[in-house]
Amino acid sequence: MTNDNLILNCQNVVMDYDGFKALNNCNFSVHYNELRVVIGPNGAGKTTLLDVICGKTKPTSGKVLFGNGINLVGKNAEDITKLGVGRKFQAPSIYGNLSVWQNLDLSVKRASKGVFPTLMGRSTPAERERIDETLETIGLTEHAHDRAGSLSHGQKQWLEIGMVILQDPSLLLVDEPVAGMSDKETEQTGQLLTKLAGKQAIVVIEHDMDFVRQIANIVTVLAEGTVVCEGTVETVQADEHVRAIYLGRAKVAH
Amino acid sequence: MPEQMATQQNSRETLSFYVAGFVLLVVLPLLNVLPGEDSWLYLSDFRLNQFGKFLCFAILALGLDLIWGYCGVLSMGQGVFFGFGAYCMGMYLALQIGKESVYGSELPDFMVWTQVKELPLFWYPFKSFAGALFGGILVPVLFATIFGFLAFRSRIKGVYFAIITQALAFAAWLVFNRNETRLGGTNGLTDFKQLLGYRLSDPSTQRALYIITVLALGATYLFCRWIVASRAGKVLIAIRDSESRVTFSGYTPWMFKLFVFVVAAGLAGLSGMLYVPQVGIITPAQIGVLPSLEVVIWVAVGGRGTLIGAILGAVAVNYGRSVLTNYFPEAWPFILGGLFVVVVTMFPDGLLGMIRKLTDRKKTPTPLIKAEGSTAA
Repeated sequence: MTNDNLILNCQNVVMDYDGFKALNNCNFSVHYNELRVVIGPNGAGKTTLLDVICGKTKPTSGKVLFGNGINLVGKNAEDITKLGVGRKFQAPSIYGNLSVWQNLDLSVKRASKGVFPTLMGRSTPAERERIDETLETIGLTEHAHDRAGSLSHGQKQWLEIGMVILQDPSLLLVDEPVAGMSDKETEQTGQLLTKLAGKQAIVVIEHDMDFVRQIANIVTVLAEGTVVCEGTVETVQADEHVRAIYLGRAKVAH
Repeated sequence: MPEQMATQQNSRETLSFYVAGFVLLVVLPLLNVLPGEDSWLYLSDFRLNQFGKFLCFAILALGLDLIWGYCGVLSMGQGVFFGFGAYCMGMYLALQIGKESVYGSELPDFMVWTQVKELPLFWYPFKSFAGALFGGILVPVLFATIFGFLAFRSRIKGVYFAIITQALAFAAWLVFNRNETRLGGTNGLTDFKQLLGYRLSDPSTQRALYIITVLALGATYLFCRWIVASRAGKVLIAIRDSESRVTFSGYTPWMFKLFVFVVAAGLAGLSGMLYVPQVGIITPAQIGVLPSLEVVIWVAVGGRGTLIGAILGAVAVNYGRSVLTNYFPEAWPFILGGLFVVVVTMFPDGLLGMIRKLTDRKKTPTPLIKAEGSTAA
């Protein structure tokens, strides 16, 4: 509101599922080009928050202001994608029967994604170059022509991150990217996200505290659908209230 | 490596296309004309005509393969669109009978015995051949556009879409059966005499129709191949793999489904138009629930999502029917049903999958819809 440095500003967002408030007056904001990690116990509303931002679900009330104050509430997912919000889902969500290259090619941001432009469209050299660069970034150059369905779990996660990057989002939403990854893959994913931050704002949901420590500057703690604490990893970990929530001893004061 | 394999696959397909085209377009008609009737090489007029019918079905199957094999949307109502095309051509042919009809009236026979005194208005465009050609494509396309828009826009998916298309087939069958529809009721349209002045009973006319069908099939195949090779073709596969993800890539899935549904309907109309003059009759029995379901079986048996499989399946199943119904007429429905069950449970990639497995046994088995030719996209 007063701070025009914000790319995302969620105001009093409520998501009410028949009496259960997955989000309860949630106020959450992110600066341009910031890497923000959201943590919180199970059922805190982390994924719901991302769903509301990217248009997958419509909140009961509240505003989600994006960029120059565009309210995303009520817009559909395709339009929000076009405005520049990219979403990486928790389970790797890629097109298994297409090649890695085709997966990326479909994702490239283009002026029109209607039926006929897509039917006639051929990739321009500039687009190919970008796809090759992205392949490099996500470390899948050698697998460019493999069936995406045949990749390992970790590689699928990177592919999906690559797909989202090619949409040129100014805000990237990443849901538990390292779940199910080996230690080495987790570390590489951390490096990947850190490399991407600075070009766009990134919101990462994560459980793995080692990973959070590796990538995070500012951490937001969500519990029972509302933000309870925000600060550096050390501040948050030292916070008595946060500890209590994680151990299940305290109720959130609204 | 995979690139090499993909180009190998492509060049093999191109080669098969030329070989099949040559055999169908040149060899078979010549075998019909050149050898004497006693020669073992001789292909009878009946066989050639029957083959033409199978190739019409192949066009119908290609359309279903686009929407079902690639996009994963099962339509059990393709017979309806086939029927629209067939009836448009049938109406033209029925009006060409003229004074040659049984009652010697300018009106088609069935109108005489159902006491229709004047030609209904909607028959007028079909007095001209151009009107029939135009209507045979336009009617199914328009109908599919409206029906598809309502269904896909309301996000009707999967088995629900299959069911409403089946209901559509049933409804169409009911409507076409009624005498009040003025399309010949249960008896349909038949007893055609001539097309553009050529006698339909003349073997040379039938040969020409056969050749036109081969050319139409070839053009249809190339058109479908162009669609699936384009980026939109990849979107179709993406929709089948993960429809919800497609919206987050910025595409609107229902529009792509509508597009491919309309294309499939247009192809079904084309197929119906070519079918009628070669078979000489169109009745509601050929457009209802069962014929629509059979298309699904052809594509499943041939191999989904491969185009060639659809052609192969349509020809093989129908050829099998023509042979087997000679020997065991009662058993055919059981054979057809059994074939479907066996294919779906044991050979999900159909005939083409089996052939490919046999021909490249040394290589690791690859799924049919593979990531090929991506650099050319």
